[in-house]
Amino acid sequence: MTSGNGSAPLLEVEDLVTSFPVPRGVVGTIRGRPKLAVEAVAGVSFSVRKGEMLALVGESGSGKTTTAQTILRLVKPESGAIRFRGEEITNASGRGLRSLRRHVQLIFQDPYESLDPRFRVRATVEEPLLVHGEGGGARERQRRVREALVRAGLTPPELFLDRYPHELSGGQRQRVAIAASLVLDPELLVADEPVSMLDVSVRAGILTLLDELRSSGLGILMITHDLSTAAHYADRIAVMYLGRIVEEGPARDVITSPKHPYTRALLSVVPQRDPRAAATPQILTGETPNPIAVPVGCRFHPRCPIAIPECRDVDPELRVPAGARAGHLAACIRA
Amino acid sequence: MNEPVLTVEDLHVWFELERGGELHAVQGVSFELRPGERFGLVGESGCGKTTTILALMGLLPSSASVAGRVLLDGEDVLARGEQSVSPHRWTDIAMVFQGAMNAFNPVKRIGDQIAEPMKLHGLAEGRSTRQRVGELLERVGIPAARASSYPHEFSGGMRQRAALAMALACKPRVLLADEPTTALDVMVQAQILQLLAELADDFGLSLVLVTHDLPIVAQVCERAAVMYAGEIVETGSTDSLYHDPKHPYTRLLFSATPDLYGEEDVVSIPGTPPRLDRELVGCPFAPRCDRVFEPCASIAPPLRPTGAGHAAACHLNDPVMRVAS
Repeated sequence: MTSGNGSAPLLEVEDLVTSFPVPRGVVGTIRGRPKLAVEAVAGVSFSVRKGEMLALVGESGSGKTTTAQTILRLVKPESGAIRFRGEEITNASGRGLRSLRRHVQLIFQDPYESLDPRFRVRATVEEPLLVHGEGGGARERQRRVREALVRAGLTPPELFLDRYPHELSGGQRQRVAIAASLVLDPELLVADEPVSMLDVSVRAGILTLLDELRSSGLGILMITHDLSTAAHYADRIAVMYLGRIVEEGPARDVITSPKHPYTRALLSVVPQRDPRAAATPQILTGETPNPIAVPVGCRFHPRCPIAIPECRDVDPELRVPAGARAGHLAACIRA
Repeated sequence: MNEPVLTVEDLHVWFELERGGELHAVQGVSFELRPGERFGLVGESGCGKTTTILALMGLLPSSASVAGRVLLDGEDVLARGEQSVSPHRWTDIAMVFQGAMNAFNPVKRIGDQIAEPMKLHGLAEGRSTRQRVGELLERVGIPAARASSYPHEFSGGMRQRAALAMALACKPRVLLADEPTTALDVMVQAQILQLLAELADDFGLSLVLVTHDLPIVAQVCERAAVMYAGEIVETGSTDSLYHDPKHPYTRLLFSATPDLYGEEDVVSIPGTPPRLDRELVGCPFAPRCDRVFEPCASIAPPLRPTGAGHAAACHLNDPVMRVAS
């Protein structure tokens, strides 16, 4: 079940479409070839509530990162709606956009690149306050910087305030980046592969930190390619394929009783820790097709092990499949 | 009977540092690879796993110095440096590099690059080269006609397939694969791992799989060694490493790895690995260990047998140490 409490979701995304123009080249432009566009996100809907972590899972080219970028309005949506706390922000500009970027914070994949090497931890974490003209006087700002460091697990803060990024381990850097995103007291965190650049031994610490923040009431949208991580930490999982969500539901339901053949195949090839784990990998041939040429009908049908002729014609919608519990959706006419 | 194809004995690698001093990256690594075996070398960044296999290939930069023995069918290929390694490189022992993106020269056609090791060893000329390249590509699942493509025209998965074709060009017996699937999507990773296993069977290859990813080793390899701070701290069957680890680092590394169906909490390992540019005293894992006891701070535990085909470098397995403290 969702951690729904009847209140409006923090973030609502409805039928979101984001497309990028395909360069036609000089010759193509002169000859007036038709303008082509790639739909990186092709009609995606989901919501994130307070105190909930939604994992958006998919392979490269699935559109998961573009979805995140569109929510943060780093990329302009083509159509659809994005609502934050019930307020439409799809086409927000100026003040609306500033407010969005104060309440929704992004955590990047690579803490080695997201921190300015010339800034001490103190300055890195204080920066967002200065940008948004918040935090009052210098003393108040320092108090908030310390508080953010403590929330990010960098204790005591005195130990870290005057350090430079190169003096920190990878895990500590990611904690500094998280502290910098917490200092504005955001309501939603968007974490794009937050641990994939880190060593295995420190990943759990960062993920546990995100889990604690979720428990304290933040909404978290985690973008990841790692199903094991999603299974462990997320409340809900949405599986993306070629710009669409093909399955969504409570994490446990999606992992233990997947309904979409793509989800089933993905899960079957995730290596497990126990060498005795009897896996029958269902290896799909080929790679995710080019989003310039999306197959008609169900976009997964050319690689689908259970496709029937109808799948070539019907573009399936997300619905509750037979035998699934409420809140578990799959876009497959055979599910 | 079942003599090892490859024996590594007390391998050490030092890198000279620009600011002076040395980094002792590999500190006495020994292992054996039996014919047809799939052996995993696992550890986190900086543990020395990649340096170890680069040393086996004789591909370390000039700032490195190497000691120890690497026996290929009983012959020491390190004995006379480049002179003794080069006849074996690609023909007996080949390597697939991490991130196939960088393994190919971007301005040369894939086919020409696959042919390079064959030409180097005079194994093919003219038309027969082209035919052999075509066969190799087909074998790894790429149409022969794509030999004239450039690396950027391939997807990551195809580049990794092409890298395998190149590694197999001179029919080696030992294949060293360094994080062969790290940058790939999970489905493409499964394709490459399946291909790797098939090729190992077909070509009678013995495989050393180097990775930070324990589940991959668990699913692909029969035996593995866990490295930490330049040393092998535990080695044995992958089954025993998971079900009956004898070194706290191995146990903690498994607990730090989330599993699809695992119910128990995933726990990180506090602290960081020691610096390797100064001498280590005692057990290198002691500062991060949850079972540390008296001798650990001062006495370095040797890798000692803890059962059939299993060894670990931990004082907990030594009754004398346990009684003494």
